[in-house]
Amino acid sequence: MTVSLQTTSARPALRVGPVSMVLQPAMLLIVTALTAITLGLLCLDIAVGESHLPLGRVLDVLTGGGTKAQRFIVLESRLPRALIALMVGLALGLAGALTQSILHNPLAAPDMLGITSGASLGAVAMMVAGGGASTGLAATVGTPLAALAGGLLTAVAIYLLAWGRSPSGERGATGLRLVLIGVGVNALLLAGINAQLTRASLADAQRAQLWLTGSLNSADSAHLGPTVIAVAAVAVVALGSARTLAALRLGAETTRALGVRIQTQQAVLIGAAVVAASVATAAAGPVGFIALTAPQIARRLLRTPGEPLVGSALVGAMLVVGADVASRTVFPVDLPVGVVTALFGGPFLLYLLVRMNRKATLS
Amino acid sequence: MTSLATVRRRRLSGLLAVTALLLLAVVAGIAVGARSLAPGTVYDAVQHALTCPGGAFTCAAGSTEAQIVRGLRLPRTALALVCGAALGIAGALIQGYTRNPLADAGLLGLNAGAAFLAALSVYLFSFSAPEQYIWFAFAGALLAGLVVFGASAVGGGKASPLSLVLAGAAVTAFLQAMTNALVLLDASALDAYRFWVVGTVAGRDAEVFWQVLPFLLGGMLLAVVAAPGLNLIGLGDEVARGLGVHVGRSRALGLAAIVLLAGAATAAVGPIAFLGLAVPHLARTVTGPDYRWLIPYSGLIGALLLLIADIVGRLVVRPGELEVGVMLAALGAPFFLAFVRRRKLVSL
Repeated sequence: MTVSLQTTSARPALRVGPVSMVLQPAMLLIVTALTAITLGLLCLDIAVGESHLPLGRVLDVLTGGGTKAQRFIVLESRLPRALIALMVGLALGLAGALTQSILHNPLAAPDMLGITSGASLGAVAMMVAGGGASTGLAATVGTPLAALAGGLLTAVAIYLLAWGRSPSGERGATGLRLVLIGVGVNALLLAGINAQLTRASLADAQRAQLWLTGSLNSADSAHLGPTVIAVAAVAVVALGSARTLAALRLGAETTRALGVRIQTQQAVLIGAAVVAASVATAAAGPVGFIALTAPQIARRLLRTPGEPLVGSALVGAMLVVGADVASRTVFPVDLPVGVVTALFGGPFLLYLLVRMNRKATLS
Repeated sequence: MTSLATVRRRRLSGLLAVTALLLLAVVAGIAVGARSLAPGTVYDAVQHALTCPGGAFTCAAGSTEAQIVRGLRLPRTALALVCGAALGIAGALIQGYTRNPLADAGLLGLNAGAAFLAALSVYLFSFSAPEQYIWFAFAGALLAGLVVFGASAVGGGKASPLSLVLAGAAVTAFLQAMTNALVLLDASALDAYRFWVVGTVAGRDAEVFWQVLPFLLGGMLLAVVAAPGLNLIGLGDEVARGLGVHVGRSRALGLAAIVLLAGAATAAVGPIAFLGLAVPHLARTVTGPDYRWLIPYSGLIGALLLLIADIVGRLVVRPGELEVGVMLAALGAPFFLAFVRRRKLVSL
């Protein structure tokens, strides 16, 4: 039921110096709407809490007004948390779109590949073995760094393990093998996390478990700066490679003919996805299913052939911020945001699987 | 005909060898630990335990060594033996019915399903003993299995190895998140859960063994009954139907056996990954594809591997120990990875 008339000659183009792109009004409209919804949810996320603020008051404070007490509540305590939710969503959406495009598999998200588990193992090991530090340097810097290191190490290990010759004689890390090896490594890492939990004191285990569920409760304004920088860097790399991603969709042969160094580009893009996923995990714990569902929702909304980068990031942000709002309003108990995302992400995943199988048997 | 005779001889000699190894492992399982016991002491203690009137696990206290053997090592070894056998057989059945070389109760989400419903029942009804939550574990394994098989088989009968494993991973991730949320609500549930979810035979008393034994034996019996039908189903549903197999009934029988075996073993010792995956492949190298041989072999090799993993776990980080679930993940993951790398991923 698309409205747009796709007559190539009639498509208006936007040109800024050497960069040119086709203007697609429908797409632009949807992206604008997504941005607006996300920003609205962000304000709502700031408004709800122990003391509810009216939305107008929130906007008032954000634009420089409000009383001193209101300014404290909004700017000091709620804005950092909401912004971290936003960043986590952007990062996960981006990471999912990158991995799914490269591996040609809607299920190949960082959660499935074990990267999130690697980051989690790093962080839990820090919480449990690092003297159980809940405050101070080890907690504010150590845990995120350990998560980042864990995610990166896992990704390198999976990539090396998947390296080899594919059945068609192609050298490199092929999609199918990469996914299966990720699943295997994921199981190993989960065993490691469980083993860490049995060795912790009950208090440490509880703290680690809360973190493992994906919670914004411990979101700290100290994490905000590094997270924003990392997400921005990844976004620049990813958007710069949007053309390569589009080419990769046409298959390895065609891509090579178009002059793309496939292995190098793939490694760079997967690297960017891993950094994004690890940074998000470091900031809020493993918030499940966002990296997996956001690109698929974005693809369906925007009707693009592959997973759109900007759209996926926006949908990811919308989902995480929305889940954070829901976790504090809809449910009787204060659920961690990761539980809410799993609640709607799980069924969506099954729907994807069923769809994928249908398609596989039709082709 | 000579080749048939060779196969038969190999199967029989293999059976002898595995049984002998299993006996050795049982003795080692009783003797090795934080306090290792001399073979003579073990023999005396076991003999005393087996001949005493109150039953092997519960008779009156003797020396410290005898207490260790009766109170700790015997129940632990017995539990490892039956649960290992159950998981091995469940693995063989799952691989047979799905015709999928990568199938395993852990990878397909059955463990996570059992874990979730067991945790839910513990939270809702404050259960503490496996006999209370075992029914929920069964139901969880069954539901997760149905969802995974259903989701991966939609749209054309046979599920590909990839889609089955991915469906399992997806369902596992979902159930894991739900379980995590559940144990967060209740600190005491978390304390029990974290020692169960890691997968261990340590610290389980004889009660647990007796509680799950009937279910495991029932599951093994069903597996033996299912074996001949499974051989024919291996030829494809059409052929099997042509040969007079009621395919639907045979699948239901298999699913019941799988749920009984994997559900009860998981309820007793926690989720154990990779055992069910590796065991049938090891067994197949000796028996070939005949499930009438493959199933008993898988049981023996599963028991052997679980026992060995448990014993090695007691030795590697003395005086502490590594849980058998962690040991098997550490041993099984490389097997899985090598398997994915080496073999072309064809269906069985």
